[in-house]
Amino acid sequence: MSTLTIEKLTVGYGDGAPVLDGLELEVPDGAVVALLGANGAGKTTLLRSLMGLAPVRDGRVLLDGTDLTALSTEDRVRRGLALVPEGRSVVVELTVAENLRLGTCWKKGRKNKGPAREAAVGQMYELFEPLARRRDAAGHTLSGGERQMLALARALVGEPDVLLLDEPSLGLAPLVVAQLLGVLRDQAAATGLTVLLAEQNVTGALSVADRGVVLSLGEVVADRPAAELAADPALRHAYLGF
Amino acid sequence: MERLVFLLSTGLARGAVLALFALSLVIVYRAARAVNFAQAAMAIVPVYVAFAVTSASGSYWLGLASALVVGALLGAVVERWLLRLVPQDNPLPGIIVAIGLVMVLQAGLAIAFGPDHRPVHAPFSQRPFEIAGVGVLSPYDLFVLVVAAVVMGSLAILFNRTSVGLQLRAAAFAPETSRLLGVRVPRMVTLGWMLSIATAALAALLLVPTGLGLDPHAADVLFVNAFAAAVIGGLDSPVGALVAGLVVGVLASLVTGYASAATAPLAVLALLTVVLLVRPHGLFAAREARTA
Repeated sequence: MSTLTIEKLTVGYGDGAPVLDGLELEVPDGAVVALLGANGAGKTTLLRSLMGLAPVRDGRVLLDGTDLTALSTEDRVRRGLALVPEGRSVVVELTVAENLRLGTCWKKGRKNKGPAREAAVGQMYELFEPLARRRDAAGHTLSGGERQMLALARALVGEPDVLLLDEPSLGLAPLVVAQLLGVLRDQAAATGLTVLLAEQNVTGALSVADRGVVLSLGEVVADRPAAELAADPALRHAYLGF
Repeated sequence: MERLVFLLSTGLARGAVLALFALSLVIVYRAARAVNFAQAAMAIVPVYVAFAVTSASGSYWLGLASALVVGALLGAVVERWLLRLVPQDNPLPGIIVAIGLVMVLQAGLAIAFGPDHRPVHAPFSQRPFEIAGVGVLSPYDLFVLVVAAVVMGSLAILFNRTSVGLQLRAAAFAPETSRLLGVRVPRMVTLGWMLSIATAALAALLLVPTGLGLDPHAADVLFVNAFAAAVIGGLDSPVGALVAGLVVGVLASLVTGYASAATAPLAVLALLTVVLLVRPHGLFAAREARTA
C-alpha cells in the first residue's frame, strides 16, 4: 500500500510567482502515472518538492496518509520514496557496483549486508545486462544509456514503494528508451511499485502508463487514462505540441 | 654513501608524518571542499591534552589515545557549531573564520600552558640502529613508520571497503545525489572532520618528540610542508598525499643534509612550483570524465 497524495501544493523560488500553485494530485498504489507537459510546466519542480528539494510554500505531501512535508530528503527515502533526477545522476567517481551498493546504504542491519544486499544487486545485473559487464568500471567511463540504466537500477535496488522519474529518456536512443521503459513497466507490474514518470517523450511515457496527467504553468489541465489521452488530438495540440 | 643512507631513512620517517598530515588535509578537503587553514592549531590542541595525560598517568599510550579522541571531538565541534554556521556559497568566510580560530586556539594554549617549548620524550630511543657501521632508522623512526602505515591502511579499508566509507566518498563527490539515496550528508561531513583532525593530531604527536618540543606553533611548519605535499599529490587524492608526503620528506632531508636546513623549504617550494606548472591539479588528480 503506497498511495501518494499531493494536497494544495504551492512551490516557488525566491519572491517570484509560484511554479506550482495549489496543485492536487493522487497517485494510487501500484499505478504508473505519466506526468506530461512542456518545458517550464513544473514537472521537475513537482518531483523535487516531493523529495523535499524545492521550497514548498504551502500544501502537503502524504504517503499512505502520513504527512511527509516536514521530513528531510533522507527521511523521505527511508519512508519509501525514491527519485531518479534528470541528467543521469550517477556518482561518476564511484564504480557501477559501488553506485548500486550506495542505493541500499540507508537500510539498517541485515538488509545492507552480505547476502541480502548481494542478492538485490545481482537482481539489478539481471535486469540490466550491460551493467553486469561493467560492474567494476568507474561511472565516468559509462555511456549515456548505461548511466541512465545505472541511475534507474540504483533507485530500484533500494526497493522503494514510490518511484519518481524525471525525464529518463532525455538524450537517449529510441532503442535504449524502449528498454528502460520496458524494465520499468515490468518491475511495476511484478512488484506493485507506484510510479510517477515525468516525460517529454509523450508516446513512450503513455505506452507504459495507466494514466496521464498534463501539467501546464503549474496546474493540472488534464487527468485521464493513458490511452484516451494519447488518442485526443486537440489536447495533444494544445499542451504537448504535436 | 653512509650519509645518503642516513638522510634517506630519516627523510622516510619525516615523510611518513608529512604524509599523514597531508592525508588529514585531503580527508577534510574531500568532505567539505575546503582547505582547513586551522589544521595545525587544531592538531596541536589534542597534543597538549596528550602531554597532560601522559604527565599525569605516566603512560604514553593513554596520552596517544586521548589525543585521537580529543582530536575527533574538536573536529566535530568546530564543524558542527562553527563552520556550519558560516555562509557556504563562497569559500572566503570559512577561510577567515579558520584563521581566526588559529589565533584563538594558539593564544588560548599560550595562556593556559605558557608560550615556552616543553620537552617531550619519545616512547622509544631516537638513537639510530647501525648496520655495517652506517646509522639508519632509530627505533622511534620505525615506530612512526609502523603507526603511519597502520593508520593509512585502516583509513584505506574504512573508505574503500565499508558502507560508511562508501557514504563518505559519495557525500563528498555528489552531495545532492547522495541525499536522494538516503545518505545523511551533514553527518558525513562531520565524520570527515573528525577523522581528519584525529589523523592530524596523531601526525603532530608523532612529530613533536623529533623537534624542539611542544609549543602552540609546533605543527605550523608541518602544516606548510604537508599542504605543499597535499597540493603536489592532488588535494583530492589520498594516494597522492601519501606519495607526495614521502617525496617531500625525503627531499627536505636530503637538502638539509647536503646543503642547509634553511634551503629545505625553498626546495619544497621549487618542487611545488614545477608540479603546478606541469600538472596544475596535482600528480594524482582524478582523470577526466567522459562527457559524451
